[in-house]
Amino acid sequence: MCFDRATLAYGDRVVWSELSMTVPQGEFLAVLGPNGSGKTSLLRALLGLAPLASGSLDVLGGPPRRGNPAIGYVPQHAGFDRDLPLRGRDLVGLGVDGHRWGFGRLSRADRARVEAALEAVEAGPYADAPIGRLSGGEQQRLRIAQALVGDPKLLLCDEPLASLDMRYQQEITELIGGWSRDRGGTVVFVTHDVNPVLGYADRVVFVVNGRWAAGTTDAVLTSQTMSDLYDAPVEVLRVRGRVVVVGEASGAGFDIDEPHHFPEPVGTHQ
Amino acid sequence: MIDQLLHLLPYPFVQDMLLAGVLVSVVAGLVSRFVVARNMSFAVHALAEVGFTGSAGFILIGLSPVLGLLSGSLLTALVIGTLGLRVRERDSVVGVVMAFGLGLGVLFITLYPRYATEAFSILFGAITTVSQGDLILLVVMAIITIVGLGVMYRPLTFATVDPLVAEARGVPVRLVSILFLLMLAASVAEAVQIVGVLLILTLLITPGATAERLTAHPGLATLASVGVALLATVGGILLALVTTVPVSFYVTTIAFACYITVRLGAPLLERSRRRGASA
Repeated sequence: MCFDRATLAYGDRVVWSELSMTVPQGEFLAVLGPNGSGKTSLLRALLGLAPLASGSLDVLGGPPRRGNPAIGYVPQHAGFDRDLPLRGRDLVGLGVDGHRWGFGRLSRADRARVEAALEAVEAGPYADAPIGRLSGGEQQRLRIAQALVGDPKLLLCDEPLASLDMRYQQEITELIGGWSRDRGGTVVFVTHDVNPVLGYADRVVFVVNGRWAAGTTDAVLTSQTMSDLYDAPVEVLRVRGRVVVVGEASGAGFDIDEPHHFPEPVGTHQ
Repeated sequence: MIDQLLHLLPYPFVQDMLLAGVLVSVVAGLVSRFVVARNMSFAVHALAEVGFTGSAGFILIGLSPVLGLLSGSLLTALVIGTLGLRVRERDSVVGVVMAFGLGLGVLFITLYPRYATEAFSILFGAITTVSQGDLILLVVMAIITIVGLGVMYRPLTFATVDPLVAEARGVPVRLVSILFLLMLAASVAEAVQIVGVLLILTLLITPGATAERLTAHPGLATLASVGVALLATVGGILLALVTTVPVSFYVTTIAFACYITVRLGAPLLERSRRRGASA
């Protein structure tokens, strides 16, 4: 996957500009930044749903195209309606044949793939329950099974940890990180909190106000880089293996310490 | 009463009516699953009411009311589809279009003085008074709708329950939305023949809403939805044949009885299942 001076804009509004970075196959990329900074747009560009204004983007050896079967996608979590007649098994099945026209049942081989995908995320016990009645963590596992059932080479995850408690966050991250490690799959993981993925991310890209910084976690998450990025004094602290980013609440026109954007103070999690 | 039915059944007009009823039920059962899942009851109402305006307009110029109804609701579907597909703006667009459509309806009724009986049959349904030609039109429309829904069944399901992933997997979500609106408009025009404009939701909401409570299996839910629509429609037509009460009353009553039974029965069923599992 390779961005070359890629610029994404909606009308006059530039989301990010001149983004250049290369992510080798099998690596885990964490996409960080405050809300509205274009993290989801980066995934949409990779999916071929948001064309670049300029520059180029190469995904798995070609330009991005819609419906690429080698890409799995876990969208930002929006819970399912409680009464929706749909089971986890069906959600995963839609990942196999939902885009095909007509009626039709899954073939024996496809049903086996669905079963294997459910097994891989340990969702077997609740695969036949109405999906709207499951917990956020269970639904997220099913979404991952759906994304992986096509045996993709690239997995795109949009805030897969949002609204999950700590235990589920760790389970889900391990599920995704483990898949990348075992299968040599590339992961693009959008998150506002870097801490859960610190042990997995090979590199990070931090986007804010149309600017970006990419590199290894250690290179990007420094006071110097972050201050340059925000154009304001920002302190990056490492406390007990966690990264905490602290900025001035006023002055630059944004609240850098807003909990939705940045890791909460360590104390609240302990 | 049974004797009377057996006496009536051999008549071609009765058989045609039942055939139309069966086909319309299949359409309604299929469509209502998606109407419920996509929260589109308001749009159904608008399609039906502007369809009423369409048939009033067609009667005024001496054309078939069924064709007018179809034209009215298809045109409305196109306008709604073009002006607002996003869920948030859809309600207001539907309201705006429906209000103007009904305004036109008032004009047409005023211009056509002998309208009262025909208006009544469109508002409350009167399959028993539909002409032979319109009945054929109804059957053809129903077959086209069933084929159309069959072709888009999987992508429509995907786009309904999981639009973001469907889009990423290459489902043309926008096109599917507009196609579904057109199918919905055709279904409305068909179901209006049985239950009328004002009672349209009994065929396009109740079957899907009942099925949702019965099973989480999507395929079975679709079958159950068609089943409820069939029971209500065919039962309603048969009962109306041997009594003086209109079809639509029976259809709404049977559909409502199904819904209530399932709503009251489902918790009991679930409880006994859970008890069975823990024992």
